[in-house]
Amino acid sequence: MKPVVHVENVSYAYDGGNQEQVEALLDVSLKIWPGEFVAVIGHNGSGKSTLAKHMNALLVPTRGNVYVFEMNTQDESWVWEIRQTVGMVFQNPDNQIVATTVEEDVAFGPENLGVEPGEIRRRVDEALALVDMTGYEKSAPHMLSGGQKQRVAIAGVIAMRPRCIVLDEPTAMLDPVGRTEVLRTVRRLASDEGISIVHITHFMNEAVYADRVIVMEEGRIALSGTPREVFSQPATLRKLDLDVPQVTELAGQLQAAGVALSRCPLTVEEMADDIGTLLGRGPCRSELHSH
Amino acid sequence: MTSGLFWAGGRAEVSSTVIEVRNLCHTYMRGTPLARQALKHVTLSIAEGELVAIIGRTGSGKSTLVQHFNGLLRPDSGHVFVDGKDIWQKGVALRDIRRKVGLVFQYPEHQLFEESVASDIAFAPRNMGLSDNAVDDAVREAMRIVDLDYDEFAERSPFELSGGQKRRVAIAGVIAMRPKVLILDEPTAGMDPRGREDVLREIQALHDEHGYTVVLVSHSMEDVARFANRLVVMEDGRIAMDGRPRDVFQRRDELVEMGLGVPQITDLMAELARRGHNFPTDVITVDEASEALLPSLLAASGMAGESDSPCGGGGR
Repeated sequence: MKPVVHVENVSYAYDGGNQEQVEALLDVSLKIWPGEFVAVIGHNGSGKSTLAKHMNALLVPTRGNVYVFEMNTQDESWVWEIRQTVGMVFQNPDNQIVATTVEEDVAFGPENLGVEPGEIRRRVDEALALVDMTGYEKSAPHMLSGGQKQRVAIAGVIAMRPRCIVLDEPTAMLDPVGRTEVLRTVRRLASDEGISIVHITHFMNEAVYADRVIVMEEGRIALSGTPREVFSQPATLRKLDLDVPQVTELAGQLQAAGVALSRCPLTVEEMADDIGTLLGRGPCRSELHSH
Repeated sequence: MTSGLFWAGGRAEVSSTVIEVRNLCHTYMRGTPLARQALKHVTLSIAEGELVAIIGRTGSGKSTLVQHFNGLLRPDSGHVFVDGKDIWQKGVALRDIRRKVGLVFQYPEHQLFEESVASDIAFAPRNMGLSDNAVDDAVREAMRIVDLDYDEFAERSPFELSGGQKRRVAIAGVIAMRPKVLILDEPTAGMDPRGREDVLREIQALHDEHGYTVVLVSHSMEDVARFANRLVVMEDGRIAMDGRPRDVFQRRDELVEMGLGVPQITDLMAELARRGHNFPTDVITVDEASEALLPSLLAASGMAGESDSPCGGGGR
């Protein structure tokens, strides 16, 4: 299997004024595999967004290389194919809408690619179905909620038939329902459609659903692993001023006090299972409860 | 949030009402086909010294409501009282009301525009017609209150500050008017965890140490559980719930139905109850949960007889 995106020893520096060079990325290496859901966390200024922008040639490395399949992002002749392969969704839903109806907005990308009208119709319908927005074809984007707007933006990217979607804090400006909707959508794109997802977020409760979590700090990858590997290092995370989900924090406190929990739970269900096991009731799933 | 701080109930003394709205209605784009009623007969009063959090989905009327508190929006019907005075009555100067009730907008750093931090904060007091000396005093005091060192920051450009610092400059700009009430519309929206913590601690200090009455609009249930002493839940232009965070979060199912939620830790306690475990459910912080669970889990662990710490050896 070939990685969709291969970031190889990438450093990126820019002129910060006063002839000062700002090192935004320092020797970062990373592979994004097909269908993988990768969450990237870290503070503003840690290099997350700079890294994301390297994945579809919005930025090119000062040193090192980024490959999208075989295409080196340094090679300008590939730029359109690269951007078709790796789509981007940004933080502010209002800055990404270009048309006056939802379907025109989603059709914008494929139209620019010169896709023929029948095929565009198919792609628009399919993309809206994938983000759960069927029925909103004729709606005016500015009348939608934040979560709906972000899903339309994602549909616009899907209509380009990308292999990977990079989302730069797509939930930062949304309310809890909007966040849940967007998260559910991107999880499904990875697991059911095999589209790789790179999800940049400040919300740890979103990162726990990723296959892999990358923690950035000062232009480097500070920590990387499965969510359980990463979130079971609260001391390291605290040093980086990052937090862990509340249930994980609770488990840490209980373990420190001598409670025998066999793993580090990341979700309400896992924590309830573990408490049940300890109290001799065994794991079970409540039928009333769904996420 | 990893902090163990939590405020049990704030100040308990009986105090006077500073803001009261009665039967407030507001419709956007009234008289057009796009008319939308954002507030429907809202009645609410806020007492001096309270730290009130307003939660609700986008479009539920939260921002519309708080923009009535200082006369930024005019109601279609109903009344707004500040310190007992009907602010839309003839003879009331809105200037005075806005000085008394300071409003910090969403993404306030977008409104920073001056060349230096000090001149940005000085903008409002200067407009109030204060003397140069008085303006300077107000700026220094505001910076001290939001914990920005005057010598270090006064002459810096606001644009080269971190997100948390920029927001504190914006808050200082409002504080420089020496308001009595501080209203913050989603003060931590879009910030990273470090910036969020920074701003939240600042707000807490404004209330606890500097005596401000604070109203904040928030989307984070974890944050409001930690330090609001009253929670107002808006839904579809109405107040759906109003009470102590502990009591409001007991109504988990209704909140979820509204597209809101409860702190994750409250959710855990509710899930344990659903599974038939006998623990309290009115738990809203990690420390409270730890206290509630520890005795029986320790007893059970004694029988299991292991002592591993897969979560990295403790939460703090």
